Amino acid sequence: MNAIKKIAILTGALLLSAGAVAKEVKLLNVSYDPTRELYREYNTAFNKYWQAKTGDTVKVEQSHGGSGAQSRAVIDGLQADVVTFALAGDIDPLFKFGKLIPEDWQTRLPQSSAPYTSTIVFLVRKGNPKKIKDWDDLIKKNVEVITPNPKTSGGARWNYLAAWGFAKKKLGSDQAAQEFVKSLFKNVPVLDSGARGSTTTFVQRGIGDVLLTWENEAFLAVNELGPDKVEIVVPSVSILAEASITVVDKYADAHGTRQVAEEYLKYLYTKEGQNIIAKNYYRPRDKEVLAAYGSKFPKIELFTIEEFGGWKKAQPEHFGDGGIFDKIYQ
Amino acid sequence: MSASTLIEPLPQQASQKKQPWLQKSVLPGFGLSLGFGTLYASLIVFIPLAALVVKSFEMPLDQLWDVITNRRALASYRLTFGASLIGATLNLFFGLIVAWVLVRYTFPGKRIVDAIVDLPFALPTAVAGIALTAIYAPNGLVGQYFALIDIKIAYTWIGVTIALTFIGLPFVVRTVQPVLADLEAEVEEAAASLGASRWQTFKRIIFPALLPSLLTGFALSFARAIGEYGSVVFISGNMPYRTEITPLLIMTKLEQFDYAGAAALGSVMLLFSFILLLLINLLQHWSHKRTGG
Repeated sequence: MNAIKKIAILTGALLLSAGAVAKEVKLLNVSYDPTRELYREYNTAFNKYWQAKTGDTVKVEQSHGGSGAQSRAVIDGLQADVVTFALAGDIDPLFKFGKLIPEDWQTRLPQSSAPYTSTIVFLVRKGNPKKIKDWDDLIKKNVEVITPNPKTSGGARWNYLAAWGFAKKKLGSDQAAQEFVKSLFKNVPVLDSGARGSTTTFVQRGIGDVLLTWENEAFLAVNELGPDKVEIVVPSVSILAEASITVVDKYADAHGTRQVAEEYLKYLYTKEGQNIIAKNYYRPRDKEVLAAYGSKFPKIELFTIEEFGGWKKAQPEHFGDGGIFDKIYQ
Repeated sequence: MSASTLIEPLPQQASQKKQPWLQKSVLPGFGLSLGFGTLYASLIVFIPLAALVVKSFEMPLDQLWDVITNRRALASYRLTFGASLIGATLNLFFGLIVAWVLVRYTFPGKRIVDAIVDLPFALPTAVAGIALTAIYAPNGLVGQYFALIDIKIAYTWIGVTIALTFIGLPFVVRTVQPVLADLEAEVEEAAASLGASRWQTFKRIIFPALLPSLLTGFALSFARAIGEYGSVVFISGNMPYRTEITPLLIMTKLEQFDYAGAAALGSVMLLFSFILLLLINLLQHWSHKRTGG
């Protein structure tokens, strides 16, 4: 046998064995309600990318539900390889109560491990009959506001903090902000337990004049119902809602999927990932991609959760038992 | 015999003084049956319930007391138990009428109506909640007319009561139905021939025979309503102090990873339910004795 033949056989054998080891990897992505469409599209794209890179196929299973409930499910043993939640405040418990991830999980990926953001906007009925333009209008006497319960919904926590941030900017003190939020919640006739429930209450039941909601949910609602039913009102200032993601170390290691899981999350930061994100109405972090979508994402003055000292502080202070939100109703 | 035999031993058995609990029975081996029964009940019922109570004692006692007696919790007990009682009472009356109609009359579509009665059993409660809300919301099929006279149903305690009535109806119908079917029409005819008015016949003949099964149906319907979550959260509006049911408060605690707090509220419900069911059972026992089964 000459050398060329040897190499040929060797290459053939290698190729064959490579074909034999090409395997199907399974990942479980535990997420929250409104990301269903986003990840369906993203999973297909990632599988293509991963197959081209390694020859393996990745089958990603998705689990959706309220962000907080999902977090609890993972702590209680739902074997998620990665989690993609509505807020860092729902990922922290994975460390605090479950020891499933390290405490500094947020530093492991760029932009505090939040590859896309959203914000809170208003959805009003066609023609905006109550002339709602900004947060001030929500505390007027004859205005009914629909928002889910911050105690049970991640989205509702962003709503509440957005209103608080506006009031504090305008009125100056925390005391005044609390009064503002209190009068806003006086105008809330129904507290649904989740964001989708509130959308139903507003849209299907015809209750309320304005719905506080995620920007991406607002877009979906307009698409679904047609612009002749509802329209989006963008307030002067709102909160930058960062949707956080992380690998769940303990489970991923047990499954031997850490590498894929990490790549799966990193790919969200690539141009392709960011494009899919923008297409699904989430604000991409990539400036070029954001620019390409131009007027779709209007410029709003955005403040972050850091105004409240981060979720570790804001969560117990505002939404814990006996916290400020509880006081509002006393 | 009445459906209350589900809960109590047959009176004949109780009256047989000889070896009252060692008779030949269908199941082989008393020891084996008892052992298996106990194991099964332990795994499915006793151990989880015990775990619930144990969990709630993870916090100091004074804190536990604060959690279960705080104003918001009290308001939620009032709504949960109040609406459940109203719902079960409504079902007591209307369930009896439905059962009566189904047993005593034939009409076209009777089988369909008979099957429909079971739907609240089969339907996922969340689906029921959404459907009820759609109907009773101010722009809904029924709600719009009430809205005209300024009565709100969905998102008030009335809506909660309707949901709890809906899910409890089959219990009364299904416990009363077989007893009614067993009641001989001849007995009523005899009463009538002896000069009893229709009301007297009902009061003296029919009602006493039905009472135990009515009580059973009431208890089951009530117990079911207390634990109901899915259908209520959609229709209740979930407003603190006003339309917040205890199961929602428990969910809220869980949402904050306050397992002990959630377990504490759960234990309170457990205790209340147990006491109420016990009372109803005693009442049933008493009525059984009084009417001679």
